[in-house]
Amino acid sequence: MTDALSWTWHYDGVILLTGILCAVAASLPGNFLVLRRTSLLGDAVSHAVLPGIAAAFLLTHSRTGPILFAGAVVAGLLTALLTELIRDIGSVDEGASTGVVFTTLFAAGLVLIVQAADSVDLDPGCVLYGALEDSPLQTFRMGGLELPRVTLTLAAVLLLNLVFVLLFFKELLISSFDPGLATTGGYNARLVHYLLMVIVAITAVASFEAAGNILVVAMFIVPPSAALLLTTRLSHMIWISAGIAATAAVMGHFSALILPRWAGYRSISTAGMMTLCVGLLFLAAALLSPSAGVLTGWVRRVRLSLRILCEDLLALLYRIEERSGAREISTIASVEELSRKLLCGRRMLIVAGWIQARQGRLTREGDILKLTDTGRREAALLVRSHRLWESYLVTEGVGRGRIHRQAETLEHYTSEGLRSRLDTGLPDGTLDPHGSPIPGEHDFRSPPDA
Amino acid sequence: MSNPAIPLSIQDLTVAWHRRPVIWDVEFDVSPGRLVGIVGPNGAGKSTLLKAVMDLVPKASGRVEIFGQPWHAARHRVGYVPQRESVDWDFPVSVLDVVTMGLYGQIGWFGRVRRRHREAARRALEQVGIGELADRQISQLSGGQQQRTFLARALVQEADLYLMDEPFAAVDAATEQAIVEILRSMRAAGRTAVVIHHDLHTVPDYFDSVVLLNMRVVAEGPTQEVFTRENLERTYGGRLTLLEEATEALRRREQRL
Repeated sequence: MTDALSWTWHYDGVILLTGILCAVAASLPGNFLVLRRTSLLGDAVSHAVLPGIAAAFLLTHSRTGPILFAGAVVAGLLTALLTELIRDIGSVDEGASTGVVFTTLFAAGLVLIVQAADSVDLDPGCVLYGALEDSPLQTFRMGGLELPRVTLTLAAVLLLNLVFVLLFFKELLISSFDPGLATTGGYNARLVHYLLMVIVAITAVASFEAAGNILVVAMFIVPPSAALLLTTRLSHMIWISAGIAATAAVMGHFSALILPRWAGYRSISTAGMMTLCVGLLFLAAALLSPSAGVLTGWVRRVRLSLRILCEDLLALLYRIEERSGAREISTIASVEELSRKLLCGRRMLIVAGWIQARQGRLTREGDILKLTDTGRREAALLVRSHRLWESYLVTEGVGRGRIHRQAETLEHYTSEGLRSRLDTGLPDGTLDPHGSPIPGEHDFRSPPDA
Repeated sequence: MSNPAIPLSIQDLTVAWHRRPVIWDVEFDVSPGRLVGIVGPNGAGKSTLLKAVMDLVPKASGRVEIFGQPWHAARHRVGYVPQRESVDWDFPVSVLDVVTMGLYGQIGWFGRVRRRHREAARRALEQVGIGELADRQISQLSGGQQQRTFLARALVQEADLYLMDEPFAAVDAATEQAIVEILRSMRAAGRTAVVIHHDLHTVPDYFDSVVLLNMRVVAEGPTQEVFTRENLERTYGGRLTLLEEATEALRRREQRL
């Protein structure tokens, strides 16, 4: 396996680790960006740190060191401050003012970086895509060990973000949910906001070189958005988002190893693949989320309509028995006839018949459908619910012409308890408004020719 | 001047947005153990008044004292119930989490939420009659239940002065009754509540005193004396257009170079 992928620990292992660290570090503060509905600020700050980096670079001629981080933090704070300022004085919405600020700062950064690139090696292309593949090559010596610099920086940032989220969980929660209450309770919501911006800026800077802009921006926003689809608890959301981020990094790395061979490319950007993978994971969450998933919703609807059809089929057979007195129905049991009566497609009806036969509620010989005793008992209860509802609706003053349609829906959601409460409230519990007998709860009607 | 027995004392308070006054020269005192209604048309500055008291919006001038102290020193004695629409009800937290937030002020920075805090929150939820909803996600609540959640969050603070921004807005009759009962039991316990209210019919029934506000205080005092047809006409009627005209002229003047 490792052979087939041409996997080597000291090379691929470091790339993968760097990717995971970057993804998870970004996803942690990203949760609060998403919940504050300021997702774009993550994007903005990760672009706006560029002039900070470039300025620090021009000053120190180095791509590392505390000055670089200081420059980035200043730029990040500046973004947050300027965004507020422009929103207030320009009377535009937050999104527009964010757009104004970060594009301007980013452009300024690009101008500065070209200046810088003449004298030292800093590549504007690296700003967007990063150079995750180079991370194992940039090492420094410490205590006799050759250590990858970027990877260690990101590990430190992940630790910082983890401590930040755990230590300030309460403060982040209250200031995100209700800034007014936070401020009156002594937690200055603006202060918390700026703290979050500092963390976002530090994360963006640390990831910049290795992962580039796109991966960081994606990891700030996409894993938390996917996690929000999967849970209703903030603490769970944070861990799930971290898990999604890490999974996307692993998937991305391996697809970057495998895909080029299939497609015949020379190589694929690892950071790009990781970003693509996190997008795919979001798609999966959007389709499969237990509460809000598109696919889960569809399955739920189909299952519900099938259940209702299964019950309607039983009730229909029961009524035919009741009317004709016969225990088997061959005359109208043709699929076309039944599907017309039950207002459903042939295929659904066949599935419903098959399910009910499998569960022992009816038997089928050729064209003849017969209720079994179990089936008849259940059908009697459904018909009982239906007729109780009709009687009840009449006492509530609903017109006779409308009671059948309503009872047809309600019968499928009526428990034994509800039936007995309906029954006790009725003046006459034996006949429904149309004059048909209401089956008892326990003694289902024996067919006359038994 | 400062009297530690007076829950809320507002002197000469003016708040302005972009130089345009929202409330002007507001001045009144609230006596302890009373339910005070703040009544006035839309845009009269009712919410702004409460926010200015809590330093949530900057004051252009004036002074606010809570039990004889400035806001920041008496903050812990005040419970705030913001408008229901002011928060995102799809936020991934449970009802209990929201109520527990009322205690964050006591817990303080870096402090942890402990079991006794959550138990206090549960008791407050029982008090407002939705104890069984404690572990629900807040997006599943009806409007009335949301308001009860906010009320529980205020109760858990055990404050001496409550500032409530339209707690009766768009709630069902049962919730309205529950809120009124809670307000009355607060008053019985010697607490004070200042409540922004919209439904004029219920004012004499619910409140001991009223403040009729339309940018400035039109009238304030005991409900029987102040809540008169004449005063209401002055609050909601046309007379204030003169004041509005003046502010409009002021604003236009500002825009000219």
